[in-house]
Amino acid sequence: MTMTTTNDMIAASPARRRFGGGDLIGLAIILLVAVIGYFLFPNNLALLTRIIAAALLVLSLDLVTGYCGVATLGHAALFGAGAYAAGIASAHYGINDPLAMLAFGIVAGAVAGLVCGVVILRAHGLPQLVLSIALIHLFHEFANKASSWTGGSDGLSGIAPTALLGLYEFDLWGRTAYVFGVVLLAIVFLLLRLIVRSPFGMLCRGIKEDPVRIRSMGASPKIALTKMYVISGAVAGVGGALNAISTQVVGLDSLSFNMSAESLVMLVLGGTGSLFGALTGTVVFMFFEDVVSAANPFHWLTMVGALLIAVVLFAPKGLYGTAAALVARRREAK
Amino acid sequence: MQTVLSIAIDALAYGMVLFVISIGLSVTMGLMRVVNLAHGAFAMIGGYIASYAARDLGLAYGFAVLLAIFGTIVIAVPIERLLYRRIYGAPELTQVLMTIGITFCIIGIANYVFGPTLKTVPLPSELQGSVDLGFRAIATHRIFAIVCGLAVAAGLWYAIEKTAFGVKLRASVDNAAMAAALGVRTEIVYAVSFAVAVGLAAFGGVVGAELLPVEPYYALRYMVTFLVVVSVGGAGSIPGALVACLLLGAIDTTGRYLMPEFGEFFFYLAVIAIICVFPRGLAGRAKG
Repeated sequence: MTMTTTNDMIAASPARRRFGGGDLIGLAIILLVAVIGYFLFPNNLALLTRIIAAALLVLSLDLVTGYCGVATLGHAALFGAGAYAAGIASAHYGINDPLAMLAFGIVAGAVAGLVCGVVILRAHGLPQLVLSIALIHLFHEFANKASSWTGGSDGLSGIAPTALLGLYEFDLWGRTAYVFGVVLLAIVFLLLRLIVRSPFGMLCRGIKEDPVRIRSMGASPKIALTKMYVISGAVAGVGGALNAISTQVVGLDSLSFNMSAESLVMLVLGGTGSLFGALTGTVVFMFFEDVVSAANPFHWLTMVGALLIAVVLFAPKGLYGTAAALVARRREAK
Repeated sequence: MQTVLSIAIDALAYGMVLFVISIGLSVTMGLMRVVNLAHGAFAMIGGYIASYAARDLGLAYGFAVLLAIFGTIVIAVPIERLLYRRIYGAPELTQVLMTIGITFCIIGIANYVFGPTLKTVPLPSELQGSVDLGFRAIATHRIFAIVCGLAVAAGLWYAIEKTAFGVKLRASVDNAAMAAALGVRTEIVYAVSFAVAVGLAAFGGVVGAELLPVEPYYALRYMVTFLVVVSVGGAGSIPGALVACLLLGAIDTTGRYLMPEFGEFFFYLAVIAIICVFPRGLAGRAKG
């Protein structure tokens, strides 16, 4: 396998107790980067919040692709479901409390994850990929048609979240949204670290390596993967809800094939099978996108293509995975 | 009755175009086990070359088609040598990423060179207008597309079932390592079938330019459709691909005629239903 995961190295490193040093260091790095971002780009917090929402989507994709080995090009369906659920709750039902909207997003994401998981896990290989693509198009067409609910191609507007916890208004500069996003990301990150190292997480990793063996050991790969899909949907739903709350509009692009493909690119760029890899990939990709696509969107596409080819050929473990491998090798040499 | 007939003709023509483009994908996928998302991009390149040759250089339609086929092969073979070769036998995710990267690159370059506008391939006067069948007039171009599809199907059937190359190809599809051990030069089989597949894609791209308009996002827009045909038909099976094309062409065209407001909703719903019922495709065999 050329796409080896970085798990092997992480599992082999000494830090694997329940709340090991890795978790605290990771949390500290996330918060540090968040603070640095806040002071470096005080006028562009909207972009940073968008990066956090995308990071949640990529983390969620990592759960099924990196940890379970399911290749999917339709993961934005889960993200979009969360975004639309949070948006519809606010715009049509007047549920404007951000935490309640978030809950709607999580539930919708989890339900979408269940639906997608049940369908996608029916097949393997190419048919699986095609199912995932067909699903994202189906979601997209549906949202486009149900325009009385979703606003169709105009996007869903009229989302007006009230103050967070009744204390912090969502201001014009997006400070509240940004802090809200950082806190959500930190919580999700810690929870996922627990999940991927739990016996359940190990089971999923085992299924990725050898489903036949897992089945002969008495576990059901399908049920475990479906569970993981639901968890992944909830995480993507958090990202979607965050996006709906911070931008106060939900567009059809949050359910698009492009978004699914881009999230996969981000994941692979950072390195599959590692939460740090997912975060690294998202941050690097989104920053480049912001810089380059402002200049010319089509050169951006060519560059993403070239980047993908380069990653596959020269760094199949992704940025984080390659770096982690280098560090591990140096440590061994000592 | 009139509607049913025009739906049937359009569905048949659309299905045949789909067949010409996707059959190459099906054969290479069955042979090399590469999930090639860039196949639509090759069809698009064919369309662009034909459009350039026929519209800007003023060549005859037949020449434009030939030029498109050979031009696309000339472009694609180095890509196969340099990039595809490295992902044979790699996990699917790697293949998906590599080929989608190639697709993105081709889209970006096509847009840079030809601009974002729609390109047409001007038809010769013989293919314009319509043929009167006595009870119904049918656009000549549709008939041309159907005939091309049938010719390709017959030609491929002959090449694969009756020629020495076909024997080697089938042997390599079934078991590449064993075929190589028996003296079949599998890398030549790979290269030739890749070239034929790309050439057919280009041909389909030109013939189908009326039905699937050529523009930079062609490669992404129809990528799904081609992949769907292959996975519904079962990779490597010509009859499977033919049935899948006709079926999907019928579903899509009927949906567009009768329920245009739903777009491709029913098409994708049908795809999901078919794949859920036949996870290995209509004519797929159990994989070892």
